[in-house]
Amino acid sequence: MNSESSANPHHIDVKEFHPRAQAAIADPKLRQNFRRAMDGLISKRKDAFEGMDLEALRELGANIRLRALANLPDLLEQLETKLTANGIKVHWAIDGDEACRIVRNICVARNAKTVIKGKSMVSEEMELNHYLEEHGIEALESDLGEYIVQLAGETPSHIIMPAIHKNTGEISELMHEKTGTDLSSDVEYLTASARQQLRERFMNADVGVTGVNFAVAETGTLCLVENEGNGRMTTTVPPCHIAVTGIEKVVGTLEDVVPLLALLTRSATGQHITTYFNMISGPRKPEELDGPEEVHLVLVDNGRSSIYQDDELLDTLRCIRCGACMNHCPVYTRVGGHTYGTTYPGPIGKILMPHLIGLDEGRHLPTASSLCGACGEVCPVKIPIPDLLVRLRQESVDGDKLNPAKVRGHGAKRGTLEALIWKGWSWMHARPGIYRFGTAVAARLRMLQPGQLGGWTKYRTAPKLANKTLHQKMKERDQ
Amino acid sequence: MADPIKIYPPKPSHVYFYATCLIDMFYPDAGMAGIQLLEREGIKVCFPEDQTCCGQPAYTSGYHDEARAVAKAQLDLFPEDWPIVVPSGSCGGMMRKHYPSLFKHTRQEAKAIDIAARTWELTDFLLNVCHIKLEDVGEPTTVAMHTSCSARREMGVAEVGPRLIGQLNNVSLVEQTRAEECCGFGGTFAVRHPEISGAMVSEKVDTLTDTGAGEFVTTDCGCLMNIAGYAEKNRKPLAGQHILSFLWNRTNPGKGGES
Repeated sequence: MNSESSANPHHIDVKEFHPRAQAAIADPKLRQNFRRAMDGLISKRKDAFEGMDLEALRELGANIRLRALANLPDLLEQLETKLTANGIKVHWAIDGDEACRIVRNICVARNAKTVIKGKSMVSEEMELNHYLEEHGIEALESDLGEYIVQLAGETPSHIIMPAIHKNTGEISELMHEKTGTDLSSDVEYLTASARQQLRERFMNADVGVTGVNFAVAETGTLCLVENEGNGRMTTTVPPCHIAVTGIEKVVGTLEDVVPLLALLTRSATGQHITTYFNMISGPRKPEELDGPEEVHLVLVDNGRSSIYQDDELLDTLRCIRCGACMNHCPVYTRVGGHTYGTTYPGPIGKILMPHLIGLDEGRHLPTASSLCGACGEVCPVKIPIPDLLVRLRQESVDGDKLNPAKVRGHGAKRGTLEALIWKGWSWMHARPGIYRFGTAVAARLRMLQPGQLGGWTKYRTAPKLANKTLHQKMKERDQ
Repeated sequence: MADPIKIYPPKPSHVYFYATCLIDMFYPDAGMAGIQLLEREGIKVCFPEDQTCCGQPAYTSGYHDEARAVAKAQLDLFPEDWPIVVPSGSCGGMMRKHYPSLFKHTRQEAKAIDIAARTWELTDFLLNVCHIKLEDVGEPTTVAMHTSCSARREMGVAEVGPRLIGQLNNVSLVEQTRAEECCGFGGTFAVRHPEISGAMVSEKVDTLTDTGAGEFVTTDCGCLMNIAGYAEKNRKPLAGQHILSFLWNRTNPGKGGES
């Protein structure tokens, strides 16, 4: 990490997961905000898929993503050729810092001082706003949730609904304090006020920056899904549009987009279709009245090509960023997005972030799951998230000699004591005679069982050993 | 990449009973109830004496070498081609879903795949292979049910428990809010992240208590120990037992099974 990003005021120590989780759990308002929001999203998603063959659609979505990933190098080349032919300039960035420099250089070349932004998680990965501000370029978020988060000086707590951790009252107070909006519990009023504040900024912005939901290789089209019209404004009003996206977002054809879009909007917000679906195919043509003079696409790697090297981890890259995994995650619902301390929170964050920040830095992320499988069950592209969590747990302790760990920072969580405990456990359970003897002795001496078992008995009574094991009971029965 | 379709075998003459370490040490009566239910269906139950643990605790903790050593010791316990029945969705899921990948590219791979294909969650086996018909001899009562996440999502048996309880004339089953949400056990998760797990189980106990049933049954002893342990420590009016104990006690006019 270079000095630029470590100076970021948002920079949070990912390893401090536990204290943040404890604080979040002790905050009833935060828990209520998340519980209500997640309950609502779960039920909306369920309704949105009503009457559809969801399993067939998920299967199709998964296969489309798998096929795109299988042909990723070719599709990216095709995408670049088509985009270039359409007049969109393509840039490649190995990491977030390089992507930031590319965006800045485009701004500098245009003498741009203000940037308006549509929602983009990759720009969060890049910490773009902070970088631009450090270099004298103002970056303003135009997505309502992102705008609120920016006003508060925070980071998004959810990839689709960045300000989901705040309720209406908190948002009203924030807007009152920062922008002078009247205090109100009327969502319409607050939205209209934000809209008013942003509208002016759109007109004066020199550059618009957005993300991309799907980049279509065959036609050289950038697809952008949104609900507020801010994406349409960001990509058409300023004279220059810069799209930033991860290299995995490419798909083969426009036909591929149809099922993925159906899955994305229903999984994310329970909508059959979003209010806006933008298909960007180039800058303004001479005969056209609207649109930017310049369009750029920055394709960001930032650890993705190392994920791509492994057949199992590759599944991580199928993600279409719907957020359903976090909406259904009982851990995310309890602790909220900020607890993770990572750009992407929740289940997808737990399997993606270790590749972006290293498994040493992100060593606690894969353990923060009961492996309940709710995430994998709802994933629209069938990412086997629980299996990937187990894989990363193995990598974090170098736990498999037959399949040596390969993720950057692997082995950082391996502790001498824990490794020894598992070795002892394994030794006993691989020797049936010793196991039977040991468990029978434990049953006999059960009165000596400790009543306190660390974190377990803080909330529960200790499990009680039976007076005889089933092995003993079966033996007696057979005699 | 689609999930393999479950094809139930015809009712066999024999089964292997794989008890799981939690049942062995903490809930042997639930294991015994399962064995008695199978025997009442006319099936001979073989209890391999050398069984210990499926290896899951080490597996989900990332210690795959240690998990493999333990799992390997289980692979030789089932020489006949009989089904292997497991009174737990979690341990059943380990054997059915994860053994093949754990032993991939090893000399035990074929054996692991064979065992995986023969492994059944016990209630699923009773309902869909034995076609069990339960005759309720108990007093009228109301229960709630918590299906473990692995029973629900790995073994795909979410419908089974309610259908079995549905056969009991004097039992009404009530469903708690957010029934499909995890109870917070998650094996070592409960110890590694005690606050998060504690928050999850407290809400699970609340929703179960709110049903007014006063009693719940579950497919898995991990969930049982978690939910009932929380209720006991916090003096909530909620008692729990393994679904097999419940089914046996409701349908056995004698005194056998769990007291």
